[in-house]
Amino acid sequence: MSRLSLLALQLLVAVVVLVLWQLFATVPVFGKIILPPFFFSNPVDVFAQIVKWFASGVIWKHLAITLWESILAFVIGSAGGVLVGFWFARQPTVAAVFDPYVKMTNALPRVVLAPIFTLWLGLGIWSKVALGVTLVFFIVFFNVYQGVKEVSLTVLNNGRMLGMSERQLMRHVYWPSALSWMFSSLHTSVGFAVVGAVVGEYLGSAAGLGYLIQQAEGVFDVAGVFAGMFVLSVFVILIDIGVTLVERRLLVWHPAPADGRG
Amino acid sequence: MNEKAPTAVALDDATVAFRLGDGRVYTAVEKANLAVAPGEFVAIVGPTGCGKSTLLNVAAGLLKPAGGNVRIFDRALPGLNRDAGYLFQADALFPWKTALDNVAIGLEIAGTPRSEAVRRAREWLASVGLAHFGSRYPHMLSGGQRKRVGLAQVLIRNPKILLMDEPFGPLDAQTRQVMGNLLLDLWNADRKAVLFVTHDLEEAIALADRVVIMSAGPGARIIGDWKVTLSRPRDIFETRMKPEFHDLHKEIWSVLKGEVMKGYAQSAQAAEAV
Repeated sequence: MSRLSLLALQLLVAVVVLVLWQLFATVPVFGKIILPPFFFSNPVDVFAQIVKWFASGVIWKHLAITLWESILAFVIGSAGGVLVGFWFARQPTVAAVFDPYVKMTNALPRVVLAPIFTLWLGLGIWSKVALGVTLVFFIVFFNVYQGVKEVSLTVLNNGRMLGMSERQLMRHVYWPSALSWMFSSLHTSVGFAVVGAVVGEYLGSAAGLGYLIQQAEGVFDVAGVFAGMFVLSVFVILIDIGVTLVERRLLVWHPAPADGRG
Repeated sequence: MNEKAPTAVALDDATVAFRLGDGRVYTAVEKANLAVAPGEFVAIVGPTGCGKSTLLNVAAGLLKPAGGNVRIFDRALPGLNRDAGYLFQADALFPWKTALDNVAIGLEIAGTPRSEAVRRAREWLASVGLAHFGSRYPHMLSGGQRKRVGLAQVLIRNPKILLMDEPFGPLDAQTRQVMGNLLLDLWNADRKAVLFVTHDLEEAIALADRVVIMSAGPGARIIGDWKVTLSRPRDIFETRMKPEFHDLHKEIWSVLKGEVMKGYAQSAQAAEAV
């Protein structure tokens, strides 16, 4: 199939869904409206809401807040994950001691931490960042840990025979290997940073996309909820495209960056 | 016996044993005696799983022998063998470095300035026939090309001893011969001491000054030692056609064959036991 006809088909799906939605929400079938506007709104209203947000410029502030929270969560979570992952992988005793606690913390659904973070850090951005960090940290941590652990023994011995000291092995062998694992989970960890930010906002905040959705829901403004969801998914897709570009640059040496691990 | 000839690598009664998971001790190599003179090319041939690579790891200092001694240039080996370059059987290049950086790294970690290291790495890539492949990453190279980069990576440090563990094993037959000739050319230039492990007797005879045969494991020993008197410099393709080559091959094979059969029988038994 050519790119053009594929694109046409993809657009067709959207058009069909939107038309059906609009139709069932406004035109009665056998005297009954299948999608009552109160619960389902309709595409025209949703679109109008989006246009209103962008036209008045309110949306930018919320987008900026969510983006900033996601970035902070990603950076702090990754830095922590890399450091601890490295430390645990190089110190098996430490890893063994902390192992049950790591598993316990990771098993915890992070949403339950949101109220605690709000209590500790307030309604501002930091409680959302903290939630995102708890999500990002574990993904990066596990990947870096694995990356350091699974360095090929042959490559390691080769480094030794070429005369590398422990520090040089760290820099030329362990570190690149760990980073490659981390980068291959970049999509997942960036995605989770956004999830943390939005969920945090949804559960209690004064700004951000999650706040916008929560506010609309609070006043039964279904069009607002759908509009928020739509803006959010476009936002995530744009971030994901950015990640793909970064990944392509960083993993040039990798045989198949697209279907990596994690 | 104080008047012994100097040796580059000497194993005296080297025994290598591993502790298995269930607590038993598996003796891979038992009391191996082997001496490689400076500038000598020695090939070790033995059936699969006889501990040839183990012996090489002992000479490299990657593995401590359970008994016996390792001497490098007549001095006891304290840890890693700093005089040796090691060409591994499996892919050992750093996948995150380009071919050029893979070759240059050996000099860089020894403190050579980057520009100098890169300049010499370029020269080495050229001498293994990969002048235009410097910017490629290992996964973009063929198996034979990766071995060439590996060879340059090891030789750029100018080690006095070259340890090679079935380095051309994974390559196809033609590429192996081409690589063999390349190795002989490079070796001819400065005649390092070489310990070359292979399961391919023809390759061993075509390359080496001496062929050492190991028995099947466990408790493998060195059971034969032949001098190869074929003239140098050699071309592998031509050498294989010579009558002396065939005579020697026949002679060594008559000994090796029995061990190969034993080796297969044992691995079949081991498989049944599992």
